Amino acid sequence: MVAATDPQAGPVSNPMPKPENRVWKKFRHHRSAMLGGFLVLFFIAIAILAPILPIPEPQATDWGAVREAPSMAHLFGTDEIGRDVLARMIWGAQASLLAGVVSVGIAVLVGVPFGLVAGYFGGWIDAVISRVTEALLAVPFLILAIALAAFLGPSLTNAMIAIGISATPIFIRLTRGQVISVKVEDYVDSARAIGLPTRMILSRYILPNVAAPILVQATLTIATAIIAEASLSFLGLGQQPPAPSWGSMLNTAKNFLNQAPWMALWPGISIFLVVLGFNLLGDGLRDALDPREH
Amino acid sequence: MLSFFLRRLLIAIPTIFLISIFVFGLQKLLPGDPLLVLAGEERDPAVLEFLREKYRLNDPIPVQYMTWAGNALRGDLGISLRTNQPVTELIAQKLPVTLQLAMMSLIFAVVIGVPTGILSAYRKGTMVDWVANVVALSGLSIPNFWLGIMLILLVSVKWQLLPASGYVPPGEDLWLSIKTMLMPAFVLGTALAATLMRHTRSAMLGVLTSDYVRTARAKGLSERKVVLKHAFRNALTPIVTMTALLFGELVAGAVLTEQIFTIPGFGKLVVDAVFNRDYAVVQGIVLVTAVGFIVMNLLADMAYVLLNPRLREA
Amino acid sequence: MKHLTLTTALVAAMALPAAAQDLRIALQSDADVLDPDQSRTFVGRIVYASLCDKLVDITPDLQIIPQLATEWTVAEDGMSIDMTVREGVVFHDGTTFDAAAVAANIERSQTLDESRRKSELSSIASVDVTGDYTLTLNLIAPDATVMAQLADRAGMMMSPTAAEAAGVDFGLNPVCSGPFSFGERVAQDKIVLNRFADYWNADAINFDSVTFLPIPDTTVRLANLQSGDIDMLERLAPTDLAQANADDSITVVSAVSLGYQGITFNVGNGEKSETPWGQDKRLRQAFSYAMDRDAINQVVFEGAYAPGNQPYPNVSPWYDDEFPIEARDVEKAKALLAEAGYPDGIDLTVQVPNTTIPLQLMQVVQSMAAEAGIRIEIVSKEFATLLADQSAGDYQASQIGWSGRVDPDGNIHQFVTTDGGINDSGFSNPDVDAALNAARKVPDTDARKVEYDKARAILIDEAPLVYLYHQSWITAFDSRIEGFTAYPDGMIRLEGVTLSE
Repeated sequence: MVAATDPQAGPVSNPMPKPENRVWKKFRHHRSAMLGGFLVLFFIAIAILAPILPIPEPQATDWGAVREAPSMAHLFGTDEIGRDVLARMIWGAQASLLAGVVSVGIAVLVGVPFGLVAGYFGGWIDAVISRVTEALLAVPFLILAIALAAFLGPSLTNAMIAIGISATPIFIRLTRGQVISVKVEDYVDSARAIGLPTRMILSRYILPNVAAPILVQATLTIATAIIAEASLSFLGLGQQPPAPSWGSMLNTAKNFLNQAPWMALWPGISIFLVVLGFNLLGDGLRDALDPREH
Repeated sequence: MLSFFLRRLLIAIPTIFLISIFVFGLQKLLPGDPLLVLAGEERDPAVLEFLREKYRLNDPIPVQYMTWAGNALRGDLGISLRTNQPVTELIAQKLPVTLQLAMMSLIFAVVIGVPTGILSAYRKGTMVDWVANVVALSGLSIPNFWLGIMLILLVSVKWQLLPASGYVPPGEDLWLSIKTMLMPAFVLGTALAATLMRHTRSAMLGVLTSDYVRTARAKGLSERKVVLKHAFRNALTPIVTMTALLFGELVAGAVLTEQIFTIPGFGKLVVDAVFNRDYAVVQGIVLVTAVGFIVMNLLADMAYVLLNPRLREA
Repeated sequence: MKHLTLTTALVAAMALPAAAQDLRIALQSDADVLDPDQSRTFVGRIVYASLCDKLVDITPDLQIIPQLATEWTVAEDGMSIDMTVREGVVFHDGTTFDAAAVAANIERSQTLDESRRKSELSSIASVDVTGDYTLTLNLIAPDATVMAQLADRAGMMMSPTAAEAAGVDFGLNPVCSGPFSFGERVAQDKIVLNRFADYWNADAINFDSVTFLPIPDTTVRLANLQSGDIDMLERLAPTDLAQANADDSITVVSAVSLGYQGITFNVGNGEKSETPWGQDKRLRQAFSYAMDRDAINQVVFEGAYAPGNQPYPNVSPWYDDEFPIEARDVEKAKALLAEAGYPDGIDLTVQVPNTTIPLQLMQVVQSMAAEAGIRIEIVSKEFATLLADQSAGDYQASQIGWSGRVDPDGNIHQFVTTDGGINDSGFSNPDVDAALNAARKVPDTDARKVEYDKARAILIDEAPLVYLYHQSWITAFDSRIEGFTAYPDGMIRLEGVTLSE
């Protein structure tokens, strides 16, 4: 946002701004996206800084201070065995963000290659991959995640794997679709004509051109994954107590809605803000990277 | 066109087959013995062994699958290990409940999402558009189980306006039936409203800049007529198809909402069945929802083609 | 018989208000199959309390009283029980209840392949029907627990006609002889029972129908009661007590349950018992000393439950007063650890079901144990997995409980005797076996207590199971309901209960 970095401020006027800067400018002006980015960065920051922030230990129990309303000593109150809700919220950010990023990471790392292969080679490879993908997509996402998490056992890691696997078909289908529309482009034809190996064509020519929608989808799927992890924790399948996790905090809090509503309020708001952040960010990215004008 | 759909139908068959194998396999991998769970506190090994034989749980897994598949093709989806009730009967009992919830949620989604989308498109780029977008995304970002418990706290416990749980068949008491479903439908509907709003906005934008709308304006028609009669009608196509797809997702996605509001629908049934290792129930429900989803997809495609004559030649 | 019905109906009609009274009761979970021989759940028993009469019932003090059996005498040698059953009782389908029906029921419970009641009735060798309403139970060996078994599902009488016709599917349409007959059931939604006009004790029943609604969420359950959508709920969460007590439209009653919750250690079940925890009783004793049972009760249960250190609560006649609940003693715990060779503390893995209360309990336990140097790792598992692992011996310690039985034998025998059916800890001690087996055979209560006390002395010392608390069955209901008593078995008995409009 500073003029010094604006290429147009130079003495030689540049009638055609570089593509990346056009994207960044679009993004910058997109209010929602900036808001989203700010929210995401805020939570990443507190998740990383958790160990050094001046907050009580998230697992320090205190029999005398069970379910206390918010006060100076405990800004967001205490939970059912006397732990500080604010501290648990901040440390819980680690679990939620990790869950979001890692599961989408799994989904992308597994899904994109399959999508590439299916889209590029077509034929029976495509048929098989597509059938399997459709089958997985037809099973409701959360039910698949629950079954997988139950199979693997209740833990944060297993929840991430379960969500990652459940989200993989989305990326297979997306990548495949994008590859299909890109592989008929001229530059791909020329690359093939000069005899470049397939691997190079895929990685140098096709992948970069399908990266944009994948990035957008990944951002939006992180949002879904965070909610999925909270849902699994809510059902008792994600991060297990005493380690803090927003979903499991909500699971416990629902038994104390009347006596201690702050236990349910803050984790819920946190989830909402983080997920909103990623959704706004993904939205902004989509608009910025979209070659067409709306 | 007919051949197109026939082909799609044929392709759906191996997909359904794959789904059932996959879910069956997954369940068998789940640790824990269903009979131990269902044995409750008393564990008579003789009885457990008898039950294992009776339900053929000692057979090799492929054999168990073939038995299940064979029966399924004849309309017999097995019985619930927990209550001895036939799965088909369970599904028949739960389907109307889930459908009612899905329909009411869809009504919320349409009533909130579509007008907001139209307004947003019409006022593109303004503050109204921005606010609508953020509100829509907010609806998408609120964890529905949290919204659910917050609503119960406020509406049922504090204000005592609506019942906190349960289900009343519409046949019994229509008004009470609607009241019981109001909160869960709202919770599900708001999330879908967001998606619907954005699709409506895109569709309307595409149409508002088109030639015939410009012509309609040039003809001097009132703005309202232009937007609502001409533009909207043409934007209807993608909206309708999206709605059909969302319906399919709703039926399956109400899992947590049903838990919180204690609605005896599919979602609650299948989650409980996974935890109880009630294989037949999970198989049956996933099969039904998957088939439903595929059918909805097909219908959506058909609607798309039918509503858009230009595509028929393709 | 007919004029009796008419009179009963007239009396009932005069006693009831004009509008049909339905009692709506919320349960914590959905019942499983409604067949007393196959049923396994606690809430199933609650439904049966209104649906199926039993041979005998209990008082709140755990005395056994007649229900369908009017008198019974145990023979001198303890090898048989002569029983007289009530006349004028009819099943919901019109079949007459008589001694032959009792014999048929016992036979079904013992021989039906899917019957879960076999081990409960294993001491009955045969039944002799000696008259229309008299019979003799011949036992394999003297067994003092038989009458108590008949006070639960094993003693529930089903119509032989219906059982014969339906076979294993009896549960889809149960026919018994209780105050209400089966109306309809929608899984996970409701179970509706309708008033049985020909009930032998119809005067005591004041409702036309009872509807059971499974509502797992405790907050929602209470919300429903407060709004009047239901009339009664079972198992009010202790944390909701304050709110319920503050509400004038709600009455709350409670009774300490027959069961317990605690930690079971693997002392002899497979290779995972070859750890210091399984081999050295001092460690287990240290664990017990590290626990502040009163604080646990306060923090987790608002003081509404009862702390415990034996399978029976300390208000039970079977409680051994030689071993009262000890106060927490962290120093002693540390000393024991040091003595056993762990002055710097030791690790312990405890598996726990991944539901709210056990997790909350274990976190408190973890915190307390840590102060004595016992570092607990909580491994939460789904209940299905936990049971399987426990049974297979694939655990070090497990947080598990028992819902409790009327007879003390039911709370101890199968858990700690060498061949006990639910002896997941693998505990084996010949003296304990001898004492518990003897306690089964001796009919006299005092003599039995002596045996149980003998076993208790060894068990407190060896500590294969460390008991922590006894749940209380807290029932909350509309304050216009009168005549309800809380029983230690947690059952909802509707005789004499009224709801004034």
